[in-house]
Amino acid sequence: MAKVVAVTGNEACANALRQVNPDVCGIYPITPQTDMMQRFASFIADGKVDTESILVESEHSSMSACIGAAAAGGRVVTATSSQGLALMWEMLHIASGDRLPIIMPVVNRALSAPLNIHGDHSDAMGARDTGWIQIWSENAQESYDNTIQAFRIGEHMDIRLPVMVCLDGFIISHSIERMEYLEDDEVKKFVGEFKNFLPLLNLEKPISYGPLILTDLYHEYKRAQHEVMTKVKDVVLDVAKDFEKMSGRKYGLFETYRLDDADIALVILNSAAGTSKDVIDTFRDKGIKAGLLKPRLFRPFPYEEVAEALKSVKAVCVMDRADSFGGYGPLFMEITSALYHIKERPVLINKIYGLGGRDYLPSHAELVFNELNEIAKGAKVKNIKEYIGVRE
Amino acid sequence: MKPKGWKDLAPGAVVLEGGSAVNFKTGSWRAFRPVWKEENCIQCLFCWLYCPDMAIKVKDGKRAEFDYDFCKGCGICALECPGKKGKKAIEMVEEGK
Amino acid sequence: MATGLTLKELSKKEDRLTHGHRMCSGCGAPTVVKMVLLATDYPVIASNATGCLEVSTCISEYTAWKIPWIHTAFENAAATLSGVETMYRSLKKRGMIDKEIKFIAFGGDGGTYDIGLQSLSGAMERGHDMIYICYDNGAYMNTGIQRSSATPLGADTTTCPAGSVIPGKLRSRKDLTKIMAAHNIPYAAQASPSHWMDLMKKVKKAHEIKGPKFMNILSPCNRGWRSKTNDSITLSKLAVNSCYWPLYEIEDGVTKITYTPKEKVPVAEFMKPQGRFKHLFAPENEWLLKAVQEEVDKEWEKLQKEAKCG
Ligand code: SF4
Ligand code: SF4
Repeated sequence: MAKVVAVTGNEACANALRQVNPDVCGIYPITPQTDMMQRFASFIADGKVDTESILVESEHSSMSACIGAAAAGGRVVTATSSQGLALMWEMLHIASGDRLPIIMPVVNRALSAPLNIHGDHSDAMGARDTGWIQIWSENAQESYDNTIQAFRIGEHMDIRLPVMVCLDGFIISHSIERMEYLEDDEVKKFVGEFKNFLPLLNLEKPISYGPLILTDLYHEYKRAQHEVMTKVKDVVLDVAKDFEKMSGRKYGLFETYRLDDADIALVILNSAAGTSKDVIDTFRDKGIKAGLLKPRLFRPFPYEEVAEALKSVKAVCVMDRADSFGGYGPLFMEITSALYHIKERPVLINKIYGLGGRDYLPSHAELVFNELNEIAKGAKVKNIKEYIGVRE
Repeated sequence: MKPKGWKDLAPGAVVLEGGSAVNFKTGSWRAFRPVWKEENCIQCLFCWLYCPDMAIKVKDGKRAEFDYDFCKGCGICALECPGKKGKKAIEMVEEGK
Repeated sequence: MATGLTLKELSKKEDRLTHGHRMCSGCGAPTVVKMVLLATDYPVIASNATGCLEVSTCISEYTAWKIPWIHTAFENAAATLSGVETMYRSLKKRGMIDKEIKFIAFGGDGGTYDIGLQSLSGAMERGHDMIYICYDNGAYMNTGIQRSSATPLGADTTTCPAGSVIPGKLRSRKDLTKIMAAHNIPYAAQASPSHWMDLMKKVKKAHEIKGPKFMNILSPCNRGWRSKTNDSITLSKLAVNSCYWPLYEIEDGVTKITYTPKEKVPVAEFMKPQGRFKHLFAPENEWLLKAVQEEVDKEWEKLQKEAKCG
């Protein structure tokens, strides 16, 4: 029986991890993730989990220790944000290159400089090419559900890859929302026993992790790693199906909202999708066919499916809460790549919003939809990329 | 041997066979070859201990022949060999001579 | 079963670092590893920092390690192994493993004194049950002999070359063994492959002590030291006998010198056969050679005092 609670995103994720009861957890503080691992540390201290923690001296060591623990053979988790994820960067590639299914909630936060502790997507976007699976979450419920599903996805025998579960710093990590917890034993059953793949702790079969691979084989190893990513989509969908059976909550590669017959649409990640949906309703009330696509699986990116979903829209604005200075926003680049291969494709524009925790307001969404409406009617695109909610 | 394609590789580049380096012979690196003169050997086993390449065989605690498949010819064994009555039990000779 | 420390007994053990590795001819590091593993009478899992030892012992599908082994990156052999050790404890607690397993991290001086110092310090402070072994050859040898904080005073490296104005490295080594001892770990020691019995006894002792242990082992590198391929043992003996590399241990805060040279030889005897110190023997650099000797004397005296105080 599900239990309705009022909790923060951090609390929800910490509880998901408690229910999974992993073998090892790397713990290091960084705002706004800190309180998630703090809560998990209390679960350890109170004997609610059997997990052994490693109270590391940096995120670099956290990921290094998680890699060591995962290679040893067992279920491993950690969590981080922002500078912490940036400091892990080197090790993120090694976790995925070694095919180790480490599960890591990433509480999204801006990157320095200047120093800022609030939510945007610069951190996780910077890690999009690290070979990790990335799943993005709109609210506490999705953060919780995605964290639980991440174990099944990453640990799947055809996959064996690390997974980041992204949720917005403060907006989700620290706001109290109504959501439903699954029962402990339901979660336990859902994730199942950890299956070992190539454990270092198997003394009978001594193996070596981390060889030097030169020009003769490196290219092949990377090709093989890509191949694994091509299998992720199906696993994500299968796991979502099972999850729906248990929870009644439906998940896909992305979520669409009133998109089927839409003339104009936003593509937007995480918490800002909620605000956008409200604005869509008001536009629909005015007779304007607005809709939305919210990516869930960002790596690997479901190009064909996204293209299929957006192909009949006349004008689309891709909203990026991260920037690629001197380039378009990272999400925009994915969506344009997805749509390029379609003959009759929507007109695309890109807005950068909400950096460093800047509020994303309904009025911002309204401005964008009004502009899209004009474009859909034939107006010329003035600027492909623009900042919104920024003072002149 | 045909080089491996990407479908034939171990996941995560993990090396599945411990000690597989025994299949990689390093003997051809050698410019000088150590030669054992058993008559001067006092069986101290220092050569075995100090050889960085595990290229001196020992059977039942007794020094046996060099393993020329792996000896790189560094000469440590010869330098450290005490030998008998000032006569070394290992001599380095130039390869091909 | 514990093996006695006679070469006859030890030679009956299986090589857990096999031949077929690609370390340079005459390198000290494989001998150090071999001695460490010979002194280990337990199942053991190793981690390795990026460096000569790592790249040369595990390439493509060839690994020289007959024990479970992991390399992840340069600066984190200690952190990586702390993860392996923690998983071991976790699974042991859950009754999924019953064997007693030991854990050893190997890192060169670059990966230990410099870039890996934080990770090492963290792992030691956390109290993981492992031995960290630094094979110290006094420079970043794998990348081509660059200066590290373990490079000795006066040495010529590719980033502190002995030039016409600056005669090599003008800073002294970092005293890492003492820095590690200052973590109040139960055991820290210095060893040399020339004194194999001393080295192996220290490894054996370290294995019997629960918690974090650190050993700094001198590892001659004929490429970086610009010496002969056959002199790694001879040079390490001179390093010990000149007190450039004193053999000692600090057990529960008590310092003990484990070997005192019968006759302390001038450090110049250790330096002379090495090309990296060649310029110090030119008349204009006499002052620097003198400074090296003075420093060795001072450190040796200090160590003797510390050993007396207990
Ligand atoms: S020459 Fe070097 S490699 Fe060859 S057996 Fe002697 S010590 Fe070993
Ligand atoms: S070092 Fe010399 S004397 Fe000793 S065992 Fe080897 S060959 Fe014989």
